[in-house]
Amino acid sequence: MAKVELRTPLTDQKIKLLKAGDVVSLSGTIVTARDKAYARALDILRSRKKLPIDMRNGVVYHCGPLVRKTPRGPKIVSAGPTTSARLDDMQMDFVRLTGVKALIGKSGVGEDVASELARSGCIYLAFTGGAGVLASRSIKRVKKILWRDLGPIEGLWVLDVKKFGPLVVAIDVHGNNLYLRR
Amino acid sequence: MLTKSELQKTAVEMLSRAATTLPKDVVKALKLCKTKETNDIARLQLDTMLRNLGLAKKLRAPICQDTGIPIFFVKLGSELELNFDLNRALADAVREATRKIPLRANVVEPLSRANTGTNVGQGQPIIHLELARGKGLQIDLIIKGAGAENWSRLFMLKPTAGEKTIKRAVLLAIDEAAGQPCPPTIVGVGIGGSAEVACLLSKKALLRPLDVKNPDKKLARMELELKNAANELGIGPMGLGGRTTVLGVRIAKAACHTASLPLAINFQCWVARRASARLVGDKMKVEAL
Repeated sequence: MAKVELRTPLTDQKIKLLKAGDVVSLSGTIVTARDKAYARALDILRSRKKLPIDMRNGVVYHCGPLVRKTPRGPKIVSAGPTTSARLDDMQMDFVRLTGVKALIGKSGVGEDVASELARSGCIYLAFTGGAGVLASRSIKRVKKILWRDLGPIEGLWVLDVKKFGPLVVAIDVHGNNLYLRR
Repeated sequence: MLTKSELQKTAVEMLSRAATTLPKDVVKALKLCKTKETNDIARLQLDTMLRNLGLAKKLRAPICQDTGIPIFFVKLGSELELNFDLNRALADAVREATRKIPLRANVVEPLSRANTGTNVGQGQPIIHLELARGKGLQIDLIIKGAGAENWSRLFMLKPTAGEKTIKRAVLLAIDEAAGQPCPPTIVGVGIGGSAEVACLLSKKALLRPLDVKNPDKKLARMELELKNAANELGIGPMGLGGRTTVLGVRIAKAACHTASLPLAINFQCWVARRASARLVGDKMKVEAL
């Protein structure tokens, strides 16, 4: 269980060094996306248009945050991961078309999707489900909120995070998958 | 006489306590799991859960961003007089709690998927009313996130299926759900009744604390056997492997038609949020769980 500090943007080099079971603490920019954002992103990318944010070499976090409105803008109160496998039908197209290098979520993806993820050079980082307050503590700043019409749960939150984790490398690019039971 | 504002205030407090703290029996069970795990990653998951619980309590922030939907179980004494609309009082409490705590607005219209923004909607909040004798009033609350609820199962088994088939179906459901309902989970099982009663029983069974044994000896034995078998599956905390997949199994049963054997399964995530309050005099008292 090696401990690794990781910083965005990611590179193939950085990804290759990570092995299933490593524990990552992540700093830099992450973007939340789930059901509705995935669907909209695919619509846009399939018609060869551009997303409002370039996700190449980026990190996508499967999360719908709990937000408190304050006079200084929205404050994230709790922001744990959501179930990644719910997005499995869209997962691979999303990863290929956006060029993201890491997904953060909970409970992993289907076995076939996991193998394809590895082939595409994208790792899967597991964050403990339900650990919403801990997650919110490492969010230093909300950089941008995109697709606000989807609402606070489903919109894209561009977040500046510092030492986000502990994230477990659950699916690496070498064919290891911690969710496969023997 | 109990007033609407008193009941509403109580329900807001129940929602607030449930969203930000876990009952003692659940915390104790999570801590016990940690002593049983030898796998570093499993221990890290449990550690992270406990750390998060500490932070949530200290900051009075919801433990999980999925503040779920509230399920109210109301036991109403048939001789109790109320001069207000109980449904309205609970709905107003949910609106208030959503704004104040805050809770994530999770309730949407099922087809258009339009969010109501208040956690109140057609048929929401969910209130299961049970009539009892006398003048009492008891309200129990469970907060259900979608990650766990989405793995609910209903099987209409053959009437001759028996205990072995029931156990196999429960274990299959746990195995299939794997890490997705946020294990270690509490697994509610409803046996008998009818299709909808089995489902209701499987959820209501989650109200019984982990340190309270099933008074029915046969069910108590089945609960223990299922718990041990589930923990042999190797799913572990958050599905990353380990010995603790369930914190407990809770079974409830009802008589059923001779030609059927309904079986329902309902998962509660490790953030097993619940609260209870009862009428004492003309005030509602929220219980310390």
